[in-house]
Amino acid sequence: MTWVNAVIQGVLLGGLYALFACGLSLMFGVMRIINLAHGDLALLGTFMVLVVTEHLGISPFVALLIVLPGAAIFGVLLQYGILNRSLQGGELSPLLATFGLSIVIANLLLQIFSADTHSLSAGALTTASWRISSQVSISALSAVIFGVAVVVLGGLQLMLSHTQLGRSMRATADDPATAELVGINAKRIYAVATAIALATAALAGTFFAMRSSFDPTLGPSQLIFAFEAVVIGGLGSLWGTMVGGIALGVAQTVGAQAFGAQWSIFCGDVLFLAVLAFRPQGIFVAREARA
Amino acid sequence: MSLLEVQDLDVRHGLLQAVRGVSLRLEQGETHALVGANGAGKSTLLRTIAGAHRPASGQVRFDGREVTHVPAHRRVSLGIGLVPEGRHLFLSLSVEENLRVAARPGYWTVEKVLEAFPLLAARRHSRAVNLSGGERQATAIGRTLMTNPKLLLLDEVSLGLAPVTVEDLYRSLRQVIGQGTTVLLVEQDLGRAMAVAQRVSCMLEGRIVLEGRSDELTREQVTEAYFGLGRLAAEAASTGGVE
Repeated sequence: MTWVNAVIQGVLLGGLYALFACGLSLMFGVMRIINLAHGDLALLGTFMVLVVTEHLGISPFVALLIVLPGAAIFGVLLQYGILNRSLQGGELSPLLATFGLSIVIANLLLQIFSADTHSLSAGALTTASWRISSQVSISALSAVIFGVAVVVLGGLQLMLSHTQLGRSMRATADDPATAELVGINAKRIYAVATAIALATAALAGTFFAMRSSFDPTLGPSQLIFAFEAVVIGGLGSLWGTMVGGIALGVAQTVGAQAFGAQWSIFCGDVLFLAVLAFRPQGIFVAREARA
Repeated sequence: MSLLEVQDLDVRHGLLQAVRGVSLRLEQGETHALVGANGAGKSTLLRTIAGAHRPASGQVRFDGREVTHVPAHRRVSLGIGLVPEGRHLFLSLSVEENLRVAARPGYWTVEKVLEAFPLLAARRHSRAVNLSGGERQATAIGRTLMTNPKLLLLDEVSLGLAPVTVEDLYRSLRQVIGQGTTVLLVEQDLGRAMAVAQRVSCMLEGRIVLEGRSDELTREQVTEAYFGLGRLAAEAASTGGVE
């Protein structure tokens, strides 16, 4: 039963990874930008939630209602201010621009919040859990996070498949110059993608902070988990990202169960490298990705 | 008032000047063909009218307003629709999605397009990547029609297609023209261009060297302009012959 528990905990953790990774996947899918600042932008959102929570004395869940629209607006400004310009400079420019952004954000957070660790309390959810058997129990917070991840990724996938905005995003991803010729404002589509990416990143960062303590230097390690989830699942598909996140989560928790907790992250990395070596297109290749 | 007025247009691709001082007028409801050899600047002229290229100088006026510096996606909402050379479909989208993504209110709907291009009806849910050349071209034309353009720009729609497919496409296009849409088309096949269009302009090395009503021009006149034969003859006469 301990193994069953490890798998269940891995699946739940994987939901968080998937939520974290979906913005990275979306920005890559639509603009071919690999956003190296994704982890730091998530942390920035998390710290904003922390500030709002402390100043207004409200629950972090309520604070999210204020911070998520802010993150989306920041995404639009980032797209028009920096990313659109860098896209004109060739394929490597966005990579360098987001790398620089990552350093700026991390140091800004260090400057303002120091290197101390912080934590966010989810209130009663943190300690509530369902005991399924003597060895299997599901924490309410993990279940809520997993549920939100499924709703967000599922919602995004439905939006991409069935709405005019979704079709415009896929058309722009295929061929931005031709999209302009049928009346799509590609820059606006890019801004929408980045807005969604930053809002989901801030949401995932906040959930992460509810599960464990955090500090301003965590961005890059978060980026790596998100990146691994995207690559394991297969680029360009949100369902793939969900599957990738869950695979990564299960690899980490089952690895910890088998070899000890210190091997947890290592086992996730091994899965990532194995996928790159034997199935570089990802476990789950989307209809969308097959051109 | 003309629907489209192009004045003294110069367009450059880096050092190459693709369009030189071109002026052109299209009246409402007219079908106008642009002919000329490869590299004469026809596609560049069309793409500049659609907003895909910015001219170095000159003016494009459409429907009474200047659009020279209006971005391509806004020109679509004003009523300029380009079917680009080489189709450029959204390959990961289905035929229907390719049509829907361009939709703007007006006469043309998915059902109307599928009626006008019967070969697409069976392929409605196929991905664009799995279509034949003719089906791709029909989808590309249908996609532009979905924007309900007042001016339809067609760039080499028959390129690389079997004659029977081209025949089908033009049968459908006559239906479009019958709707009162103004059309400016680039066509390699001189006979077809002169049959479908009321006016013909012939381009040579970036300039319009001949323009007239297609029923008043002879095939020989157009062919001469097409290859610049008249100019060659004149040069030959002045220099005492060509080697």
